[in-house]
Amino acid sequence: MQPLRPPLHSPATAASGRPTGGKPKAQMRAVPAGNPRVSAAVARAKGLKPAETPVKRDPAPSRAAYRMNRLWLTPTFRIAMRFGLPALLTFGVVSIYFAQGNHRESFMNAIADVRQSIESRPEFRVSTMLIEGASPELEQDIREAVVVDFPTSSFDLDLPAMLEQIRGLDAVAEASLQIRSSGVLGVDITERQPAIVWRGPQGLEVLDALGHRVAALGARGDRPDLPLVAGQGAQDAVQEALEVLAIATPVAGRLRGLERMGERRWDVVLDRDQRILLPEEGAAAAMEQVMALDRAQDVLGRDVTAVDMRNIHRPTLRLSEAAMADMRRIKGLDTGDAK
Amino acid sequence: MTDLYATQRAMRNMRRAALQRGVVAILDVGTSKIACLVLRFDGGARLEDYDGVGPMAGQSSFRVIGAATTRSRGVRFGEIEAMGETERAIRTAVQSAQKMANTRVDHVIACFSGGQPRSYGLDGEVDCDGNVVSEQDVARVLAACEVPPYGDYREVLHAQPVNFALDNRSGLSDPRGQIGHKLACDMHMLTVDTATIQNLLYCIKRCDLEVAGLASAAYVSAISAMVEDEQELGGACIDMGGGSTDISIFMKKHMIYADTVRMGGDHVTGDISMGLQIPAATAERIKTFYGGVVATGMDDREMIEVGGDSGDWDKDRRTVSRAELIGIMRPRVEEILEDVRARLDAAGFEHLPSQQIVLTGGASQIPGLEGLAAKILGQQVRIGRPLRVQGLPQAATGAAFASAVGLCLFAANPQDEWWDFEIPADRMPARSLKRAVRWFKSNW
Repeated sequence: MQPLRPPLHSPATAASGRPTGGKPKAQMRAVPAGNPRVSAAVARAKGLKPAETPVKRDPAPSRAAYRMNRLWLTPTFRIAMRFGLPALLTFGVVSIYFAQGNHRESFMNAIADVRQSIESRPEFRVSTMLIEGASPELEQDIREAVVVDFPTSSFDLDLPAMLEQIRGLDAVAEASLQIRSSGVLGVDITERQPAIVWRGPQGLEVLDALGHRVAALGARGDRPDLPLVAGQGAQDAVQEALEVLAIATPVAGRLRGLERMGERRWDVVLDRDQRILLPEEGAAAAMEQVMALDRAQDVLGRDVTAVDMRNIHRPTLRLSEAAMADMRRIKGLDTGDAK
Repeated sequence: MTDLYATQRAMRNMRRAALQRGVVAILDVGTSKIACLVLRFDGGARLEDYDGVGPMAGQSSFRVIGAATTRSRGVRFGEIEAMGETERAIRTAVQSAQKMANTRVDHVIACFSGGQPRSYGLDGEVDCDGNVVSEQDVARVLAACEVPPYGDYREVLHAQPVNFALDNRSGLSDPRGQIGHKLACDMHMLTVDTATIQNLLYCIKRCDLEVAGLASAAYVSAISAMVEDEQELGGACIDMGGGSTDISIFMKKHMIYADTVRMGGDHVTGDISMGLQIPAATAERIKTFYGGVVATGMDDREMIEVGGDSGDWDKDRRTVSRAELIGIMRPRVEEILEDVRARLDAAGFEHLPSQQIVLTGGASQIPGLEGLAAKILGQQVRIGRPLRVQGLPQAATGAAFASAVGLCLFAANPQDEWWDFEIPADRMPARSLKRAVRWFKSNW
């Protein structure tokens, strides 16, 4: 019969909780305890306002409060109010703020300022470029190709593009870029090693062992140490040419160069207009065979214009006119058919 | 009749929806307090493994997650008198229970004790269609029960099949699937005033709640206060509430009779208030602190300060002895119990094999009531407290909460009622044909 929690204004508690003494003096004087009608009359006589009777509070929620309470206890509504509404509000406010152009601009400027202030800190400053592993000419080329006005911020350096530029230089085989401490832009270069001189359509060029262009060459005499190749498509078969040249060391003194014939096979050109015609496949083996022949019978020292190895199973010698005439004469002697 | 059938079925569907949702509120609209419990159903599935009654008699399937009571206003004799006041009281209780549960409840199962319940015993008999009793046969036999003219402005609150008989075998609880020809059934029907139900439904509707079930307080308090053997062998539960005292008689686990004595603890309080000339609130306090029904010599010397704020010293400093208080209370309690006795006699309670009487409800907490009740009602009397259910706060475990707890159990596993069975097929065709025609019209 007792409610779990007695209502606040329950008359039972009011009756039991009636003060028996110890009331504040001032209140005693203002509103004497006793008959409420008497106290009201006394208060009137003293010119005081009639004491406010405590308003009985209804513990029941109003209909609206009850509905709001239930609405608030609805899970979807709760989630919407907790997360959806703040998100919506934030979005709305931000979008209204940025709807005006000058706000957008000033915001961007503020961001740029902050960015600028960070970027211009001395920790991020790059003041020199240090190039390692490059010849002085190449270093000069690199400095010309990659133009950076030092000092600059490391944020402003576009390292991948610079790397691309440096790798685009012919003489550079491999390059790497780092920003090192104390503001140094380090460039590590691996140079291409010149291996051969090619007389191509664009004039003389120096190629590396893989056939990649290293540099242009003014005159053959500038690099007498490098062998010479010629002919179209020679740059694609530089490796084969180098193999052949390695084998041809016994005749190095007589060697003029290699000529690419019809973009498919090599001719070894010696002095005295001698040629060794190598096959498409197995040029090195054919060359070894010729060297062996030369060692055994001194073929190349004789009056032969060409050693034709294009068919590797049937090496053929082409004699000069005079030698041919001699040959016929000797054959005539043998057969007794001489003039 | 069909209208009621429809509303009750709608309530059943609502209850099913509520259970599926998992949260349902229990509302006990009493004369002295309105209690609201919020139940959460979750462990229903694992109970289905058990055959018959599970280890906790089905109560472990739910948990009380919110409980609140408020002083009832605008209710007299368990009937709503002032709609606005009652509505506000219901709102208060529901809101604080919701707050405790931290969830919103939309479905409510309510019980009330007023409306002058009247019991009817019905019986019907049909021939089965086939050899085996089907669900249709059960529905037909329930529909075949002859309904007595229970008067205008009355509404059927409960219509529970109590007993089935197949040919010459009686006492079947579930005849479905059994083999026989002639199926008979006994049904217990409880009617109450239409206005009472309508007022309550209106109040609940005004609180934005859906009614998922209605029950008689007499029935549900018996479910929670009586133990199994008392329900099985025969017993009466007397729920002594504030404004009315509900009587329900159980036999074979079915309620076979229910009635109300329109007197309760509030009348005792009124007597004290009139006899001692004190406000009702003071009288209520004195009753709960010092009340009793058996006076001893000691009680003459125990003086109770009555108090008052009339401003008259003599009146405000009165004291009464406890014996005086008991002298006022006892005749009224006796009167209530005598009235209960008369109702039990009228119902033929003495013919039951066991005549256990269980007193429960807020007014049953009067000290010494057991002895007084034994003198009037018979020797087998005990004070019953409601079953313990999970999560119920300590403050809500007293006898005053018997009907609230019983309503929880009722919500968890309700008994089959008439409207749980389909309408028998032979009463359907006209309507279903009409529905088919309407469907064709709207779709072609």
